[in-house]
Amino acid sequence: MRDKTAFKQVFKIKGGDFINAGESSIKIRNILKEIGIEANIIRRVAIAAYEAEMNVVMYAERGLMNVIINAKNIILRVEDKGPGIEDIELAMKPGYSTATEEVREMGFGAGMGLPNIKKNSDHFDIRSVVGKSTRLEMVFNLNGTKD
Amino acid sequence: MILKEIKELLGCEILCGSDKLQIDVKSAKASDLMSDVLRFSGPGKLLLTGLTNIQVIRTCDIAGICAVIFVRGKQPTAETVELSKNCDIAILKTDLSMFESCGILYNNGIRGVTIESKK
Repeated sequence: MRDKTAFKQVFKIKGGDFINAGESSIKIRNILKEIGIEANIIRRVAIAAYEAEMNVVMYAERGLMNVIINAKNIILRVEDKGPGIEDIELAMKPGYSTATEEVREMGFGAGMGLPNIKKNSDHFDIRSVVGKSTRLEMVFNLNGTKD
Repeated sequence: MILKEIKELLGCEILCGSDKLQIDVKSAKASDLMSDVLRFSGPGKLLLTGLTNIQVIRTCDIAGICAVIFVRGKQPTAETVELSKNCDIAILKTDLSMFESCGILYNNGIRGVTIESKK
């Protein structure tokens, strides 16, 4: 890290925009590379960001992805305006999916997104209001991983 | 094995990245599910897939894969080819099926990537 001042940036994600889906995550990955974050952490952040970004594109109207980089950790917050998740426990179950046929044809919607995000982050929190929004928070420690 | 040998073994046509044929490939992933590709986050540099949309390239970019082989004679979209140029990812295609392609590569020493934990 260059200094201890937090770096913060917000990325807009458009629901249904499958052409540009993933671009914000790639930008975040490039920022982390530039700062000189460890490759293993970059890979985990990039995968989690990409899965979260794809979720917004697949299910929501629009969303914002916030990335905050501190001396201790990287925080990703993804908030969307969309249908929300009725049963979060069920949504976290590997293989459970409500994806449309269009999404599945693109190779997504296999019900691995949220479990994959959880697996790659050191701390994961998901909150949702049905019919309104979903908010994910992922934290990645910079000084060693949780396992 | 270098990518050039893989190209010859599978009778591939190069669609993008003819300057990358010297890439050394030891392991590969084969899937039509992009979330699975993201789960296999090991050292595999090659992906075999039957999906040809633009998200395949973005997934490879995120997962650190540097070459893609489209199987079953699938032709990627123009956007997919264009993005792979920008991402520095080589793309090839073969008329062989996924099963045959994987079998040939395995017989020639290429191994799979097991799902790994966080590290």
